[in-house]
Amino acid sequence: MFGLGSKKASTPDWPDYMASRAEHARDPRLARFYAAGTLDPQMPIGEAPLLAMDFETTGLDGSRHDIVSVGLVPFTLERIRPAAGRYWVLSPRRPLSDESVAFHHITHSEVEDAPDLSKILDELLERMQGCLVVAHYRQIERTFLDAAVRERLGEHLLFPMIDTMSIEARIHRQSWWARLRRWAGRPMASIRLNESRQRYNLPPYTGHHAQVDALATAELLQAQILHHHTLETPVGDLWR
Amino acid sequence: MNIEQLDIRSHMAQFAPFDSLADEHLDRIASEVEIRYFQAGSELLSRDQPIEALWYVRSGAVEMYQRSGRLFNRLSEGDIFGYSDLLRSNRKVRYPVSAIEDTLIYFIPGETFEAICEEDDDFSEFVETGGQRLKVTVEQQRDDSGLMTTRVRKLITKAPLMVETSTTLQDAARQMSEANATCVLVIDITDTQSAYTFTGRDGRYWQLNGILTDRDFCTRVLAEGKSPQTTVGEVMSPKVIVTQSDESVYEAMLSMLRNQVHHLPVLHRRQPMGILHLSDIVRHETHSSLFLVNNIFVQNTPTQLARLADEVRTGFVRMVADGANSEMISRALATIGRAFIQRLLELAEAELGAPPVPYCFMVLGSMAREEPTITADQDNALVLHDSYDPEAHGEYFEALAKFVCDGLDACGYPYCKGDVMAINPRWRQPLTVWKQYFTEWMDEPNGERLLHSSIFFDLAAVHGEAPMVEALQDLIAELAPNRPVFLAALARNAKNRTPPLGFFRQFVMEQDGEHRKSINLKRRGTAPLTDLVRVHALACGSNAQNSFARLDDIDKTKLLAEGVTDRLRYAFEFMSMVRMRYQAASIEQGEEPNNSVDPEQIDSRERHNLKDAFEAISNAQKFLSFRYIMPSRQEGAQSKSSPRGNR
Repeated sequence: MFGLGSKKASTPDWPDYMASRAEHARDPRLARFYAAGTLDPQMPIGEAPLLAMDFETTGLDGSRHDIVSVGLVPFTLERIRPAAGRYWVLSPRRPLSDESVAFHHITHSEVEDAPDLSKILDELLERMQGCLVVAHYRQIERTFLDAAVRERLGEHLLFPMIDTMSIEARIHRQSWWARLRRWAGRPMASIRLNESRQRYNLPPYTGHHAQVDALATAELLQAQILHHHTLETPVGDLWR
Repeated sequence: MNIEQLDIRSHMAQFAPFDSLADEHLDRIASEVEIRYFQAGSELLSRDQPIEALWYVRSGAVEMYQRSGRLFNRLSEGDIFGYSDLLRSNRKVRYPVSAIEDTLIYFIPGETFEAICEEDDDFSEFVETGGQRLKVTVEQQRDDSGLMTTRVRKLITKAPLMVETSTTLQDAARQMSEANATCVLVIDITDTQSAYTFTGRDGRYWQLNGILTDRDFCTRVLAEGKSPQTTVGEVMSPKVIVTQSDESVYEAMLSMLRNQVHHLPVLHRRQPMGILHLSDIVRHETHSSLFLVNNIFVQNTPTQLARLADEVRTGFVRMVADGANSEMISRALATIGRAFIQRLLELAEAELGAPPVPYCFMVLGSMAREEPTITADQDNALVLHDSYDPEAHGEYFEALAKFVCDGLDACGYPYCKGDVMAINPRWRQPLTVWKQYFTEWMDEPNGERLLHSSIFFDLAAVHGEAPMVEALQDLIAELAPNRPVFLAALARNAKNRTPPLGFFRQFVMEQDGEHRKSINLKRRGTAPLTDLVRVHALACGSNAQNSFARLDDIDKTKLLAEGVTDRLRYAFEFMSMVRMRYQAASIEQGEEPNNSVDPEQIDSRERHNLKDAFEAISNAQKFLSFRYIMPSRQEGAQSKSSPRGNR
């Protein structure tokens, strides 16, 4: 009843949600996006068109901090296509703090001429359409995008996502073995992007760049599916 | 370019062949890469599957298999595969590939691969297989060293002064003085054209009969009190050491040093073109290391000679650093080694007196092939004249042998572990006995005995009556082609030492996939190659000793398929060079040089080349068993009376 089962129960019925939002959305762009719907929950992951997404932000709180860059890399379980990816630097509404500059290396001068999110929303939604979004730690991408859109359009932007970090957490944090280890006082396995990748023999990349992390996330999902699921696993079992 | 592509780019830029790509090409590749993750154990490519991209291993490891199921190669980070399939017209996979670890692959689209092959010669040469890569590498190395490529004719500025035998010394001296020449060539008209004649400007046949130098005027004319009216023919040196105009400067220099002459007539075929003087070379070349040979000949005791051992090493390191190729370095080392022996024998004769019967001191193995490296030990023997009487002369030659072998050991040529040295009475025998040895080895070969005696099939005279050793070389060349059992036994032994498959990470990878920490490049590379070349050379009746010269002789027959000998040449040159480079590095680091190489020190380009070289040897070894079949017992008797093989 608990653990995995209860988590699963908390996953919304995404096709239903999208359909109802399509009817009620006021902004035509959002309406169009919702109307396109999402994938059939029964679609095998091996056939799904996927889109790795990563944001760099000015902090961790979606209500106070802003997105400074967006990286997208389209992929399937057969091919990751970095060349077809997209990267934007965005202008934050609140000034950049020095700590965040040190973290993601996006500087004051870079964001000076950068567009506002509203300017790229059309293209972003277009690229997301028909794809299932994949992120590492979906809370960032989901809450920041939702908050930013709400702030600008007064409406929610929510959609299903596969979270490579929660896949990793289920294996390394919530399994019986992981709990036993923790009970025995062993350190928890790190589920950060780079540490997770190492477990699959994936190379280290220069982190904290939205485009690189999006690519890194795509590779991680390919590895996770091969190791812990199958190409036939329905997307509905994986999305949150 | 996007930042994640920079990551891809900087990774690729570390590995061959991408390391030498132009920026624009590397940018193009990095910006078009596609990616896929494969789990350990999964098949990446199956046989005959169409292939559309070049595969690059970003992390992990894969294996390729031959049709027979034998391991073909194991690849890891930075390696590429699929290129040979992409180059084939049908673009289908020949060798299936599986992941042996979780592996991340970067795909480079086939069209991009093609376009870059088209535009970048280095890149296309790298991916084209079949010895091509080795050839290119070896030739590039050769181009880098001016010594080997500079032809003697480049140093010739004027025609030689030539006089007839009947010319008086005074007349010759006057002409020399007018022409400002330091020597004259002595020539005469002959009636018939022969192998020794050339056609003069007058259309008649002339023959080069001798040489007279300014030094000869001092030692042979003035010192001897000869009259100015004496003819040139009376005092000239009749034995003329010459060189060909297309010979390398280096070879010419070696010839001068070897023969202790300062003037070298340069011929185009048989036509004298000019005179090369030692000072011309000195002016042209600053490779003074070889002048060590001169130094050897002026030392008066073995102890003094031994002091030169360090200079030999220093000279070796310098030649490697200067980019000389292995053939040049080996020949230089052989010349130096021979000079030590010659000088030791001169000193021995000075101490022990003139030899009671003629003898020839011969070297065996790598020294005889003129292929020693700096680690060569001494392998030698004495051939005595048949008038040798053990009772009367035994003591003399025992002492002579001991003098030389001890001296060589002190000079940095350690005693041979297999006791193949002139101090071993078995290897200090009259010519007749030597002939019996060789005849027995070839008539009644057995694997074990041949294994120990195969070193004798590389032999060369160093000092004394060279014709005795030449007689042995001729005997071998005459008998060998008609001794199928001997050849088959020799061929079998030549396969005892096999090359590895290649490298994998910091390991040497064996044919069965086992890993080893280091590789002995002599035992696993150059030695098996010289062994197999020897078998073919003997089979075609060659009496050459040097492996390159043997390959030239093999080329004259149709024994090996087109291109095979070239591949072996490149393989030999490349492996020898790698071996010498590591030996030089050891010496520079104050370590004792040996033949072992740690794979971690071999860079990615060298690995590819070595893999090609190993493959060339492996294929040639396979051909041996196919070509030299051991006759069954009944037919085993060899036809001793059959005619001499075609030579």
